[in-house]
Amino acid sequence: MKLVVNGRAHEVDAPADMPLLWVLRDLVGLTGTKFGCGMALCGACTVHVGGQPVRACVTPVAAVAGQPVTTIEGLSPDGTHPVQRAWQEVDVVQCGYCQSGQIMAAAALLKQNPAPSDADIDTALAGNLCRCGTYQRIRAAVHRAAELQKGAAG
Amino acid sequence: MSTVIDTSRRAFLSTTAVASAGLVVACCIPPTLRKALAEAAPAAKAPVAPNAFIHIAPDNRVTILLKHSEMGQGVWTSLPMVVAEELGCDWATIQVEHAPVAPAYAHTVFGLQMTGGSTSTWESFDQLRMAGAVARELLVAAAAARLDTAPANCRVERGYVLHDARRVSFGEVAAAAAKLPTPANVKLKDARDWTLIGQPTRRLDSLAKTTGRAEFGFDVKRPDLAVALVARAPVFGATLKTFDARKAKAMPGVIDVVQVPSGVAVLGKHFWAAKQGRDALVLDWDEGAFARTSTASLREQYRALAATPGAPAKAAGDVEAALKAASGVIEAEYEVPFLAHAPMEPLNCTVELGPDGCEIWTGTQFQGVDQGTVAKLLGLKPEQVRLHTMFLGGGFGRRANPQSDFVVEAVQVARAAKRPVKVVWTREDDIHGGYYRPMWLSRLRAALGKDGKPVAWAHTLVGQSIMAGTPFAASIKNGVDGSSVEGAADSPYLAAIAAHRVDLHSPTSPVTVLWWRSVGHSNTAFVVESFIDELAHAARQDPLEYRRALLPKDSRERRALDLAAAKFGWGQPLPQGHAAGLAVHASFGSYVAQVAEVSLQDGKPRVHRVVCAIDCGPVVNPLTVEAQMQSGIVFGLSAALYGELTFKDGRVEQGNFHDYPVLRLPDMPRVEVHIVPSTDKMGGCGEPGTPPIAPAVGNALFALTGQRLRRLPFRLA
Repeated sequence: MKLVVNGRAHEVDAPADMPLLWVLRDLVGLTGTKFGCGMALCGACTVHVGGQPVRACVTPVAAVAGQPVTTIEGLSPDGTHPVQRAWQEVDVVQCGYCQSGQIMAAAALLKQNPAPSDADIDTALAGNLCRCGTYQRIRAAVHRAAELQKGAAG
Repeated sequence: MSTVIDTSRRAFLSTTAVASAGLVVACCIPPTLRKALAEAAPAAKAPVAPNAFIHIAPDNRVTILLKHSEMGQGVWTSLPMVVAEELGCDWATIQVEHAPVAPAYAHTVFGLQMTGGSTSTWESFDQLRMAGAVARELLVAAAAARLDTAPANCRVERGYVLHDARRVSFGEVAAAAAKLPTPANVKLKDARDWTLIGQPTRRLDSLAKTTGRAEFGFDVKRPDLAVALVARAPVFGATLKTFDARKAKAMPGVIDVVQVPSGVAVLGKHFWAAKQGRDALVLDWDEGAFARTSTASLREQYRALAATPGAPAKAAGDVEAALKAASGVIEAEYEVPFLAHAPMEPLNCTVELGPDGCEIWTGTQFQGVDQGTVAKLLGLKPEQVRLHTMFLGGGFGRRANPQSDFVVEAVQVARAAKRPVKVVWTREDDIHGGYYRPMWLSRLRAALGKDGKPVAWAHTLVGQSIMAGTPFAASIKNGVDGSSVEGAADSPYLAAIAAHRVDLHSPTSPVTVLWWRSVGHSNTAFVVESFIDELAHAARQDPLEYRRALLPKDSRERRALDLAAAKFGWGQPLPQGHAAGLAVHASFGSYVAQVAEVSLQDGKPRVHRVVCAIDCGPVVNPLTVEAQMQSGIVFGLSAALYGELTFKDGRVEQGNFHDYPVLRLPDMPRVEVHIVPSTDKMGGCGEPGTPPIAPAVGNALFALTGQRLRRLPFRLA
């Protein structure tokens, strides 16, 4: 099966129903996307498929064949995507395990809504759990990322 | 500084401790020798382990070897700040690595290499400053020789030793410095000269953790590594009668099926194969006696026990006589449920067994314990067990297991399968897997004097001991596990109550229990701070003033309480439909007060705002303190609003985040953190933010609705 991840084509030997998460982690070797629940309840496995955020843990790999998949490793080459920069500036991360998913969810939000309100952020990231409780800084960082993105565009 | 640890805990650790590393200093040697030294250290038994914490490369990069585990609490940044303050290097040249397991990295109080009890900063503060200072003195001495002058003529600035117009970089003289004798007298900087300690400093692990590059245990890659899932007992205490692995072995990608003491492990080429294989196992369990147990039956058992006196933990005066003499007795029963830690990264451990020993990669808080336990299991010397600490995707106590459960099991799987293996847990495995915060039931009785202040206080606690049955059981004195009654037996209110008694029942069961962020305080703060609130209302007094009158005037509790109340605007009008409640609680050497503002939304509690004040003594990194208070509050709110494991037919009824919910972003209150300026003894930050939030919210809900909610999670009638 052919898979395009972060702009690179991969030929993977996977059963059609194998979740994208395990194909990415165990076959392609990209471990930035995390396993937290296996039931699309926690958002740690969020990646972009065709630009849309999806939960890789419940997405059969066959469903994304031929579509471009972006993982945290492909969001930027060097950690300078506006969302990543904002996360670093606001000092969001704690244990960090959920943050790939948080960042991918936030990046998808900002692409579609460049100036989100608190309520927009809460809705877009409601599916991304953080046990360390970084939520307050996440809200602040999404606003900051919106500013950085605007600055970069303008 | 060890006096902030209660005596019971110090006792249990000293019984299992290896020799304390004593004063550990640092200098600078090449990485290969450093590695050799670290590996040799366990056998060396030297009181001084040079080079333990600092390595300076010729290009001036400074590597700090972190003896603690980074699990979100920020030691990856705050402890290097402590070293760098004395070392005088350029902060931009700092890199951090988890240290190997060696006696040099033993906890200065507990004697074993570990991270827990909110101790990391204060227990290593002097040690790491000294390491930095000794290294600086050696570098200055080596540089002075190079510059042909006396060390006293030199000064240190951002990684350079300077004399007149000339300068030598740390990297240039690191090798020469390593050959010099350790100086006998090293002067540490005065606090007023600190330039790093106390400054808000951003995390050093941000880039790795925002790019997916940070390596957690779950991410470990090794050649020929199988992934294993273990089918464990469905009921605590159940034993496996027979199993049929034929279907499992026939699943594509399944490598092997092996039996281990905890159950049956299915090894696959990858997670998905192992998972499919495990789902195909046919298992026949003898479920045992606990299969007849439910939460309701436990509650009845606990309630019956609470009606009888337990082992005394604290007593003064004649409580029964004082209660009898009073005109009215206020009585209440409080209850908190079993809780799973549910760190975002499910447990996992990678093991390779070789002819020379065992190599382990895992996120653990208990390296020192794990190494010793595995060595004993395999008949190896401790130094033959090489453990690599990975980033922890949350710990909260679950990754500090006296029995090293998830590490030992992985070693057993690797041994049975005779191959390298990564044992991973699913979320359901984690929620069903035990080592819970125990369920607790408390019975309280109090009587008030004419002035409304309590004159009698009786508190009986019922719940499983965490220490019983572990290598730390020696800490249980006269039937009292100190961690069961912490926050209750040492409540600051008791001193003002002439007759008081706190006693304890510790029933046993096959359910495994463990410390859960803030340990006993996760129960006792809720009980004591809610019941005090009940007494304030019974006395028709303001809850803030009532507490202030009971707490010693110059107490750190009162300072925290006053700051939180002032910053919140206690007593000021709130929006229609909102109410406020407060709580103050000391734990792990820090004093935290919180005021919560709540309302009801669709009949359910909604927390809008939390104002938190902490006195933790001198602060290393204010950004960390703020983050840890936010973190502790979220953790406690998840438990207060949602967290509950229940038993039916001996089985845990919950399994994943749909039925074991935790706080999500839309429910996040606005949290304001205020630090009490303090030069008092340094305390911890990882846990003390958790205990006060449940009672603060509960007390606010009482103010709002008149309903006193005495069981967690909160459910309004």
